[in-house]
Amino acid sequence: MDMPPAAGLDYAKPVPPDAQDKRWRIVDATMRRLGPQSRSLIETLHTVQEAFGFLDEGALRYVAASLHVPLSRAYGVATFYHFFSLKPAGKHTCVVCMGTACYIKGAPQLLAAMAQDYAIVPGETTADGNISLLTARCLGSCGLAPAVVYDNQVAGKISPQHLRQQVVKWMSP
Amino acid sequence: MDVPMTPEELEQIAETEREEQKKFAHSINVCVAAGCMSCQSQGVKDAIDQEIKKQGLEQRCKNKGVGCMGLCAEGPLISTDRSAMYKRATANDAADIVASIEGDPLSRLLCRTDVPFFQRQQKIVLENSGVVDPERIEDYIAANGYSAMMRVITELTPAEVIEQVAKSGLRGRGGAGYPTGLKWSTVAKATPKKLKYAICNADEGDPGAFMDRSVLESDPHRLLEGMLIAAYAVGASEGFIYARAEYPLAVKRLRTAIRQAERLGLLGHNICGTRFSFGIDIRLGAGAFVCGEETALIASVEGKRGTPRPRPPYPAQEGLFGEPTLINNVETYANIPPIIRNGGDWYAKIGTEKSKGTKVFALAGRVANTGLVEVPMGITLREIIFDIGGGIPEGRQYKAAQTGGPSGGCIPAEFLDMPVDYENLARVGSIMGSGGMIVMDDTSCMVDVAKYFMDFCMTESCGKCIPCRVGTYQMNELLAKITRFEATQQDIAMLEELSDLLKHTSLCGLGISAPNPVLSTLRYFADEYKAHIESHQCPAGVCAAQGASR
Repeated sequence: MDMPPAAGLDYAKPVPPDAQDKRWRIVDATMRRLGPQSRSLIETLHTVQEAFGFLDEGALRYVAASLHVPLSRAYGVATFYHFFSLKPAGKHTCVVCMGTACYIKGAPQLLAAMAQDYAIVPGETTADGNISLLTARCLGSCGLAPAVVYDNQVAGKISPQHLRQQVVKWMSP
Repeated sequence: MDVPMTPEELEQIAETEREEQKKFAHSINVCVAAGCMSCQSQGVKDAIDQEIKKQGLEQRCKNKGVGCMGLCAEGPLISTDRSAMYKRATANDAADIVASIEGDPLSRLLCRTDVPFFQRQQKIVLENSGVVDPERIEDYIAANGYSAMMRVITELTPAEVIEQVAKSGLRGRGGAGYPTGLKWSTVAKATPKKLKYAICNADEGDPGAFMDRSVLESDPHRLLEGMLIAAYAVGASEGFIYARAEYPLAVKRLRTAIRQAERLGLLGHNICGTRFSFGIDIRLGAGAFVCGEETALIASVEGKRGTPRPRPPYPAQEGLFGEPTLINNVETYANIPPIIRNGGDWYAKIGTEKSKGTKVFALAGRVANTGLVEVPMGITLREIIFDIGGGIPEGRQYKAAQTGGPSGGCIPAEFLDMPVDYENLARVGSIMGSGGMIVMDDTSCMVDVAKYFMDFCMTESCGKCIPCRVGTYQMNELLAKITRFEATQQDIAMLEELSDLLKHTSLCGLGISAPNPVLSTLRYFADEYKAHIESHQCPAGVCAAQGASR
């Protein structure tokens, strides 16, 4: 139930983890637009992730307090949905689509190539913090299977060789 | 907006836009939907723009970005007024493409349009895809856009609208196939505490399905018009589009479309000077397959974890924030404007006795022409896969078509000549689903495919009910055991028993239908299971290879 704080009670206004950081203004704007209530939680977390790249504990505490929801609920929502990340991503991200079309056209071989060369599995980042490997349920680019997203750019019909080339390019300074 | 839009003004906008378009002798349409965009079609379009300037054709040739033309495998696609279509174009081809507009078609890029892929389709939902500019409302209005909505709110009563939809025989395109007219009249009859809601389910979670994304990217106004008509019919005053965050381009175009419609007074308060008000907001999904289930979707729109709840009460009675709520899928809404324009009887003439109209399929996997196709219900699988789809590449053998994603099944070759409709697909152990159709050849191991889907359901199970949470895990373990060649006949019996349990005791559709891929492969590809268990072999050579790489 969305309840405004009862009148007369003194609720201290929550303070963002780093008040100097201007990105919090974007987050505040989202909360203002949708109203400081629990129904705005998912949209607000989207804004935080867009602004900061991931959700850390300070961000969750701030959002939960601002929207008057228990921290447990904010944490529950943040961990329930795959799209939210609680860890910072690497400098580059490589998202391998694991949709059905990509799967039968060779996506597992792409993951195997990364495991072989860099010893990382989906969800992990290379030791130097350079590349994060992720998977997507389906990008909807099934006509181009197997598809990979290199730093927000979708690329289609990817072979393990092509993936290795791109990764080597990222790795070289 | 101070002055409300009238039917005459809408017609005026359409006329002005048509006049404007007639000024150009030629047109070049470049696909800027996500499929072609990932083949750098934006760069091609920009290059063509520059080239038109360079060749001094600004007054004669119009270059615009349009939505999906269907044949995603051959992108970027370009169509011209000279009825020539070009495929796999690059920015370097721009000069030749522009030159060809007043000369001979460019043979090296020519994509034949007299082939079954284009000829055998019947486009209703996708009629504007590849034709109108998805980022300009005027272009949509010039293509008769919003005229159905205008007629509905100025001339028809809600009951008359519902009557047309019921007459059309349209069934929900999200998968279950519930009659749309019936759903609408239930919501229309419900009494709200404060207001009613209309929601569009654009959380296209099935892996292998991209129909909805294509409609959102190619023709976003079509969805808004469908939702407006629905809202008027059921008495809803607030709407939400629940879209996947994984589709940034679709979300961006939707936001643009909503802003444009609001500016023209086609969305918002007292639309077109009537008492009808309806606003639409977007809510982003956050990557949870279960949110395709309507009660889970509602929980997610409310800002909660997307877990389903038992029904009844159905959302039509108690949905979003406890109010009567209409939930339809993107394709369902997109069918509404043409039904109103041409009448329910017109729509009911297309399709089979119980499944009316057309269906959009996302054709993918081991098939020559991957992409988006819209076909009348009742067409056979063979026509879709071999005529329109161009058959299996590399001279390989067809093995199965998977429809309905993780809730569907695999259809073997013996049913290739079966007419595709809701009933027939259910009869062979699959479902229509939202329209993903993945073709598999003899390089796919059906046990591995079953395991792939079970792994998906296990990961996506929300964990609220135990049959689904624990059952999918156990079934996945058993399937993994088979692919490791360690299983016995007893494990198959256990799989069947668990399938039965999940089907009858799970809380929502995810758990209820999770056994479908296993049951359908057990039914039609029992020999493959047998080979894994008895002779420790994978006939397709998939399981051994993956085992080695682990």
